[in-house]
Formats: sequence, structure tokens, C-alpha cells
Amino acid sequence: MKYLRDKIMFFLIALLSALIINFILPRMMPGDPAERILMKMGGEIQPEAVDAMKIALGVDKETPLLQQFFSYLKNTLTFNFGISYSYYPVPVKDLILNSLPWTIGLVGISTLISFVLGTSLGIRAGWNRNKPIDSFITICSLIIRGFPYFWLALILLYIFGFLLNLFPLSNAYSTHEFLKGWKFFGSVLYHGFLPGLTLVLASLGTWILTMRNNMVSTLSEDFILVAEAKGLKDKDIMNKYAARNALLPSVTSFGLSLGYIVGGALLTEIVFSYPGIGYLMYKGVTSQDYPLMQAIFFIISLSVLIANFMLDFVYMFLDPRTRG
Amino acid sequence: MKIRLNKKALVGAVIILFFILIAILAPLLAPYDPHEFVGTPYSKPTSKYILGLDRMGRDILSQLIYGTRLSLIVGLTTGALMTSISLLIGMTAGYFGGIIDRILSTIIDVFMVIPGLPLMIVIASYIRLRGVVPIILVISFTSWAPGARVIRAQTLTMRNREFILASKITGEKSVRIIFSEILPNMLSLISSDFFMACLTAIVGEASLEFLGFGDVSAITWGTMLYWAQNSSALLNNAWGWVLAPGIAIATLGASFALLNFSIDELTNPKLREV
Repeated sequence: MKYLRDKIMFFLIALLSALIINFILPRMMPGDPAERILMKMGGEIQPEAVDAMKIALGVDKETPLLQQFFSYLKNTLTFNFGISYSYYPVPVKDLILNSLPWTIGLVGISTLISFVLGTSLGIRAGWNRNKPIDSFITICSLIIRGFPYFWLALILLYIFGFLLNLFPLSNAYSTHEFLKGWKFFGSVLYHGFLPGLTLVLASLGTWILTMRNNMVSTLSEDFILVAEAKGLKDKDIMNKYAARNALLPSVTSFGLSLGYIVGGALLTEIVFSYPGIGYLMYKGVTSQDYPLMQAIFFIISLSVLIANFMLDFVYMFLDPRTRG
Repeated sequence: MKIRLNKKALVGAVIILFFILIAILAPLLAPYDPHEFVGTPYSKPTSKYILGLDRMGRDILSQLIYGTRLSLIVGLTTGALMTSISLLIGMTAGYFGGIIDRILSTIIDVFMVIPGLPLMIVIASYIRLRGVVPIILVISFTSWAPGARVIRAQTLTMRNREFILASKITGEKSVRIIFSEILPNMLSLISSDFFMACLTAIVGEASLEFLGFGDVSAITWGTMLYWAQNSSALLNNAWGWVLAPGIAIATLGASFALLNFSIDELTNPKLREV
């Protein structure tokens, strides 16, 4: 059980690190967040108002730092993130709960599609190593990987949304009419298509390259040679022998990428004004809504850490060496 | 086979050299001053202004050419700084082992799992100073971990090789062993890591600047996209304004990816042609 203990320890250390970063950053930076916020609200700044804001933010000088940290810790771990400035007086927690399903739906489905498509293309490329099809797929993947994906989003939005007028320019569902049931579902799919396509294209390259390189190294193993010597059909060797064994590292990355579902679409959501977590964070950042920003960073980190931990846990069942 | 492998690396290197040349020769190549008002805002591309004009009537091609300078400097500096951090932490952890390794490895793992872009955005939004230095620091500070992990693993395998043990026995100092015995033997790994770091830096820089965390008055590809987005360039049909910097970023990024990939292919025996 040493393995499990280590993994739990790591989860806690990483979580604490994320919390500490969140706690220290606003206190480390020059300038006073309370004054900054009041300055943005405009008008004369009363010293009392600054003091009140400092207490609300938990950054007043009178309270010792350690005590500030513990009250911050308690609030964050009970998901009590305070009240948003930019959407005053809506609690940050409600804002996050409203955005979370959109992001999870959009990025979750795109991640799955991209993984399946990229991995199967990677199998083809690795199997046909150094033939034209491999070179083509590999070069394309390398080029895609260099793209800033928000730019891909801009271009898709311009071509399909603006020029051809095929898809909507923003939002996650139609805001002009009230839709129910299947119609609403259709509208969600219609609005999610372009952001989804961006996400699939942007991550496809990495899946292809990972799987291709795994395939190439598996194909040099002895059991492939034996399978060939036995005279098995090429298709069987490719799928049942090589691909099956080459798949494991890709599955690991897939498990990890599930953690990035919450935070992985920041820029895409911003370009498409898609009402998910990324767009919310952007709004928090541009309006210096620190409680909102901090809470989202915490949620994004938490989801990555949980996915990471779950994966370690699954490994405990899959790999006997870890049980020791 | 060898020729084919080198082709990928060659293409990557040629593209980077091309951009370096453009950056150096910018004043000669650019048709106009990138800050100067030369015609009607949002003008369509014509033979006079090949990529059109921006919302302030400035020539986009000239901005693109001058933008190469800062974009390239930030990319390469960030790549170098990030690789240095990875090297310092990875080699220290791998060489000394024991408790030092355990502490540093945990730090590496923590930075591996804390999501990069959101962390960059949070840090950048607290820093009030806008410019290239904060961008270089933020990207390097948040993205060094994957490189450090690979370098640590490689150092670990080197530590017990005979030539290292021999130096230890003759009483060489650790610093000397690390820098003149281990480091030169990892050059291919380090350069592959450096190119990956440059790719991360180029894309990270563009993303942060696109979000407005750069110095928006400086001319880089990222700030061009920032202004294009904030002046609804596409809705005004100024497609050159969005297309050109994006293609430049993608091309430079892809050339770093090509170099990284071909070094991996050359040095990883499993990927090498038998």
C-alpha cells in the first residue's frame, strides 16, 4: 500500500501548492488589490471603504498572515468563494456552477472525438511508416501542433460563421427564441460545432504523433516478427498485435487529458464567447474580479489533480508492480 | 533514410534562419514605418499595401516584418531561460539523488500537473507591468517542468556510468562533473528540449499577448492579433490582419516542432530506421 500512500500524499501536496499559489499571488504583487478594485468602481476613495474592502478580501494588515491563510483554506475547501465583483451580488460558486456543464460537455465530447480519430490515424501512420501516407500524416500533425489554437478558432469563425454564414458567431444556444426538448438540444449542437471542431483539430496532432511513435517502437518488437513469421494477416497484426500494445501510453494521456477538460478550452471559449469556465475566467481577469479568478484557477487545478489521482488509482489495478 | 530525416531538420532550420534574416533586415524589407498612418483604415489588400491596413491606417505587412523582431527574441529568450531552469533542477535532482531528488521531483511533478495556461493568466493578471520581460518570466516559470523531468531521468542513468564514477574517484568537484562530464553527453536531449521550449514559448507568448497581457503598444505577432480581435478585424473583412500573424506564428512554431521531432527520431533508437 506504499504506492497508494505515496499517491495520496502527492495529491495533497499538489493541492496545497495550488492553494498556496492562489493565496500568495495577490499578496506578493505590488499595489493594493482593494484600492485597485475601488479605483475601478470610480469616484472618491474613502479610507473606510478601502478598509472594508480589505477585510472582505481577507488582506487587511491587522490579521496575521497565517490566520488569513487558514480562513482562506477553510473557505476554499468548503467551496465558499465569496461574491463576484463583476456580477455583484452573485456568489462566485453559482457563476461557476452555471458555466461548468457547458465546458464539460463541449470539451469532453471534443476530447473523446479527437482521441479516437487521432489514435486511429496514428495507427495507420505508424504501420505505413515512411510511406507517403505516413509522411503526410506526420507533417500535417507537426504543422497543426505549431498553430496557436485560438487563431484556428478565429479563422474557422471567420470562414464558417461570417463569410459562409453557416454557424452562429457566439453563445452556446439560441438566445433569440425559447426552445425546449430536442429543438434546444439541436441548437446546442449547432452552436457547439465550431468550438468543438477547433478543439478537435487543435489536439489531433498530439494524439497522432503519440500513437504513431508508439506504433513504430512496438513494431520493432520480437512478437511482431513472430506474428509475421506465422503468416498472420497484416490487418490482424496491425490491430490485434501492434496497436493493442501500443495503445497503453495513449490511454494514459487520455486519462490525463480528462483533467484538462475544465481548463483546456480557455481561448476557444473566449473567441466563440461560449459561456463556459474559460470565458468566465476571461471576464474575471478583464474586470479584475479576483475572487472569481482565484476560484476558477482552483477548480481547474482541482480537476486536473483528481484526474491524475484517479489514473494512478486505475493503474494500481492494471499494473501488478504497483501493488508490491 | 538519413537524407529524409535531415530533410525535416533542414526545413525547420531554414525557416528559422529565414525569420532571423527578416528580423535583422526589417528596416530594409518593410515598405513603411509600422507606426505610421499611410492610408484609409481597414483598406483591402492592394498592390501598394499587400496585406491591407489596420484600424489606424498602418501597413500590416510592415507590422508583420517588424513584429518578427520581438516575437523571435521573446521566443528564443524564453526557450533558453526555460531550458536553463529545466537543466538546473533536472540535473541537480538526478545527480545528487536521495532527499534532494525526492524534494525536487515532487516540485517537478507539482508543476507538471498544475495547468499552465490558467496559471500564466492568473500570474499575468496580477502583474501590472506590461511588456516582454514579464511574459518571458511568466512562461518560463510555468512551463519548465516537462523538460526537467526528462533531463532528470537522463542524468540518473548517467550518474552511475563508468566515466562519471571515474571522475568521482579522482576527486572532481560535483559542479565540474555536472557541467563538463554529464552536460556535454546530453546535448542532443538538451537541444531537443530547447526546441520544444521555444515552441511552448512562441504559442504561450501569442496566447498571452492575444489576451492583452503584453505591451499592447509594442509590435509583435501576438499584439497584432490582440488589436485585430479588439477592432473586429474579421467583421471588417480585414482578413490579412488576422491571417498573416497567425501564419507567421504557426510557421515558426512548426519549424521548432520539426527540429524537435527530427532530433528525437535521430537519437531514440526505437524510432530510428533499422
